[in-house]
Amino acid sequence: MAEQIIFYVLAIVIVVFSILSVSSRRILRSATYLLFVLLATAGLYLLMGYQFLFGVQISVYAGGIMVLYIFSILLTSHAGDKAKSVSWKRLFLAGIAAIAGLAVCGHIIYHNVYKVVEAVAAEPTMQEIGKAMMGTEKNQYLLPFEAISVLLLACVIGGIMIARKR
Amino acid sequence: MSNIPLAGYLIVSTIMFFAGVYGFLSRRNMLTILMSLELMLNAADINFVAFNKFLYPGQMDGAFFAMFAIGVSAAETAIAIAIIINIYRNIKNIYVDEVNKMKY
Repeated sequence: MAEQIIFYVLAIVIVVFSILSVSSRRILRSATYLLFVLLATAGLYLLMGYQFLFGVQISVYAGGIMVLYIFSILLTSHAGDKAKSVSWKRLFLAGIAAIAGLAVCGHIIYHNVYKVVEAVAAEPTMQEIGKAMMGTEKNQYLLPFEAISVLLLACVIGGIMIARKR
Repeated sequence: MSNIPLAGYLIVSTIMFFAGVYGFLSRRNMLTILMSLELMLNAADINFVAFNKFLYPGQMDGAFFAMFAIGVSAAETAIAIAIIINIYRNIKNIYVDEVNKMKY
């Protein structure tokens, strides 16, 4: 029962703030709403029992990426700046595209989700996650882990090269 | 443990994804477009984790895929913001319909 209440609170937070985040005219506010959405998503991960993913989401998304966004917003716009108004036609087309996609996906979910067999098992412990991340056997992920680290190194170098003063 | 059906998570992530689609199509500022992209990626991550939990318990493929997707999106955001700041330095604004210097 408590779980359901928590789920509904998180779901309402996600839905309301993601819509506010894409419709707010002030860019700093929309970044703040995005932060709330990311935190509520972390709450959903915790509710599903993936504590490690919860930590990753909080530290990488809410801690790292949002700070980057807020810095760049403050660098590229003035406080209290409002977004340029967009023509009604474009807003209308974007709304139509979003609602059409929502309708199609909602239809598919509604007609197919009851066919799946929901199996529930114990949540993975931190020890299992560590073994899976650092192993080279089947269902272990050392190679993608290293690939991600090389990608991050490339991005650090690329970011410095692109943004440095010439 | 699991009182919440799979459909609940899927509906939440679908609404989040299409809010992102709406923002991506209707915004003009590059940073807000990037934020809408972030919403869409996040919705996909929720789907991965939910399918992993409800359809393939005992395995961790979905959770690991979500984790690597978070890493990739962090890298992508860093590069994109570097490019946006560089554009701002050159032409003093970041509206997509005014960035047309490299067009010809």
